[in-house]
Amino acid sequence: MDAVTLARLQFGITTVYHFFFVPLTLGLPILVAIMETVYVRTGNEVYKRITKFWGKLLVINFAVGVVTGIVLEFQFGMNWSEYARFMGDIFGVPLATEALSSFFLESTFLGVWIFGWNKLPKGLHAATMWLVALGSNLSGLWILIANSFMQQPVGYALVGGRAQLTDFGALITNPNIVTQYPHVLTSGIVTAAFFIMGISAYHLLKKSYDREAFWKSFRIGAITAIIGSVLVILVGHAQTQHIAQSQPMKMAALEALVQSEDPASFSLFSIVRQDGSDVSELVAIRIPAVLSLLTYNRFSGEVRGIEDIQAEYAGRFGRDNYVPPVMLSYFTFRIMVGAGFLLVLLALVAVILVWRRKVERVPLFLKMLIPAIGLPYIANTAGWLLTEMGRQPWIVYGLQKTKDAISPTVTPGMLVFSLLFFTSVYGGLMVADIYLLIRFAKWGTAEQEQVEQAALTY
Amino acid sequence: MDLNTLWFILIGVLFAGFFFLEGFDYGVGMLLPFLGKDDRVRRVLINTVGPHWDGNEVWLITAGGALFAAFPHWYATMFSGFYMVFVLVLLALIVRGVAFEFRSKLESARWRNLWDWVLFTGSLLPSLLPVALFNLLRGVPIDAKMTYQGSLVTLLNLPALVWGLAGVLGFLFHGAIFLSLKTAEEVAAQARATARELWVPTLVVLLVALIASALTTDVATRWPTALFLLPLLAVVALGISGLSLQKSRFGIAFVTVGITILLVVSSLFFGLYPRVMVSSLNSDWSLTIYTASSSAYTLRIMSYIALALVPVVLLYQAWSYWVFRQRLVRESPLEY
Repeated sequence: MDAVTLARLQFGITTVYHFFFVPLTLGLPILVAIMETVYVRTGNEVYKRITKFWGKLLVINFAVGVVTGIVLEFQFGMNWSEYARFMGDIFGVPLATEALSSFFLESTFLGVWIFGWNKLPKGLHAATMWLVALGSNLSGLWILIANSFMQQPVGYALVGGRAQLTDFGALITNPNIVTQYPHVLTSGIVTAAFFIMGISAYHLLKKSYDREAFWKSFRIGAITAIIGSVLVILVGHAQTQHIAQSQPMKMAALEALVQSEDPASFSLFSIVRQDGSDVSELVAIRIPAVLSLLTYNRFSGEVRGIEDIQAEYAGRFGRDNYVPPVMLSYFTFRIMVGAGFLLVLLALVAVILVWRRKVERVPLFLKMLIPAIGLPYIANTAGWLLTEMGRQPWIVYGLQKTKDAISPTVTPGMLVFSLLFFTSVYGGLMVADIYLLIRFAKWGTAEQEQVEQAALTY
Repeated sequence: MDLNTLWFILIGVLFAGFFFLEGFDYGVGMLLPFLGKDDRVRRVLINTVGPHWDGNEVWLITAGGALFAAFPHWYATMFSGFYMVFVLVLLALIVRGVAFEFRSKLESARWRNLWDWVLFTGSLLPSLLPVALFNLLRGVPIDAKMTYQGSLVTLLNLPALVWGLAGVLGFLFHGAIFLSLKTAEEVAAQARATARELWVPTLVVLLVALIASALTTDVATRWPTALFLLPLLAVVALGISGLSLQKSRFGIAFVTVGITILLVVSSLFFGLYPRVMVSSLNSDWSLTIYTASSSAYTLRIMSYIALALVPVVLLYQAWSYWVFRQRLVRESPLEY
């Protein structure tokens, strides 16, 4: 494998791995903060127990999220030094701001929250969890501002072969962030909601000692799940409409649309053969005009196909392959959307059962909710693969190609070494983390308190 | 003062803050297997830094982010050039951070022992960062295109290795003094004894490292005599720290170690200025705060952001130390 492929593989692995932990740290702190706030306002001890229970799982998850994030931050310089030189003026700004505004906030106050139960007044203690939630979600905002520039460069000028920032206001109000951030935020909330529902379902099924705690948790999870899963689809739809404008090639790839069409048909099922920029349809079952409807909210309007855009880009940017992996874009999009609709359905049933207080009378549904914890994770991962792979061959859309971004001094040997090193450590940690999460999730609140009374923190 | 210089100073401050805060943090991690005779004591030791390690580490992350924003070429050349160094540091930081959260989650002695040694190794490796940083000043092969042409071995020269030793000893010393302040009774007594033992070796190695640096870099020809006061005062501060230990004035000992770290980092940055990475191939190829920097506009934006946020961060981090100011002992209710 060449250096570019290895560096991309490494970036892919470290990013997907990192983002396995991130969505939960976006959503769960908000829900834990709500639980603790209810405890503070009502004095109801059940809410204290569930705050601690979910808080513990949050902490286990948080640690891995933080430490894998550091790798990403350094990797831009280590593996992608030419990207760092080209983009430092722009990319470094949100990245440094993220560290200053969010990393300090979340890590400092999570530390205070974990150790501060008997050191702070109740209200102040709950406030620290709100600050953790604020920190992690601000962090998401800044890094997505950085990513948005890679999707849709704004507020810059090319000076001496480098992109220079000319308008900070434009950078942080990038049209891309307007839909991307709400999409990521709501998917984090959905991830947390199904995490809570799934684990609560396990305990309700097992008839754990502390039924009230898990019933209350389940209710919080169900309400959050229905709001979140509907929102995530609505903003996702708006985001796709935006991509049709800002990145037509990504749009064409995720719809496997080879020829431009007006009105454009929506693909029910497609298989294409791709050889570089040469794409041909093997199987295509399409519904007429529906893609135009989805894109423009009316039954007409041109959606451009891969061939047209490839020809245009070859003229604009020079001869090269401008077609991303089509099948990968196509299927990751459908996996994400399919999982999203399934989540709405599950959330709807859950809310109805909660409303009618019949949750425990349908054990089959509770059983389904346990593996459903994984659905948001699948959707999150598929979504990011689409976002990043669908942008290829660009690292910064229209400005820098991925193959030009790599560190010239880093050899394939070094990349293989670091790749193996990181991957094996990540693998080991993943196993340990999931083991611990499952173990603590299976323990009820009562077992957890016993362990805590007997044990110190670390 | 121009913004390039301001950001050069800010990066220096971030590194100094990182070495000051993570210094005792790493020190505690390295002392853990030796001072922690049983599980209870080990947990007391870990709990002294438990609420803080993550916030402390953010100083390094912020230094990295600030480098990227203010001096992208410095960031690009250093991180891609010192590749293997950062692979090792990253791995250390990953496993170290996880060790804090995973360690106590199972009762098994083997599980805990494993993570204790992970904590030790994860603290030791980043303590060796001074090896890489000294090379910024000593000079490394950087070509006309700002590309590093050396390897890992290039960095492992004798004076750099002495700096590595100074880092490890210094952080052990710093960590032991921190423990003297954060614990009481037998744990504190042991930490104090360790600090007293570490004092002289730390001082000697620091002195050797400073002299070796003066002899192997170009500071001797570049510096006005007055600047040599910086490293001299660093040695004096460390001396005062050791003497305060003998008199059981641990607060003063802690503060003076902090001053030592600040003075050593300032010496490095004064030695570099206005360069950020010295090229050993051609002095014209050295990266400077002007050739490596972002545009004036970006620097101005970043200055506003830093000006607004840094004071707030300092306030709440200080507050978090105040919340956990109580000393820990074996019997402390170290509740979750």
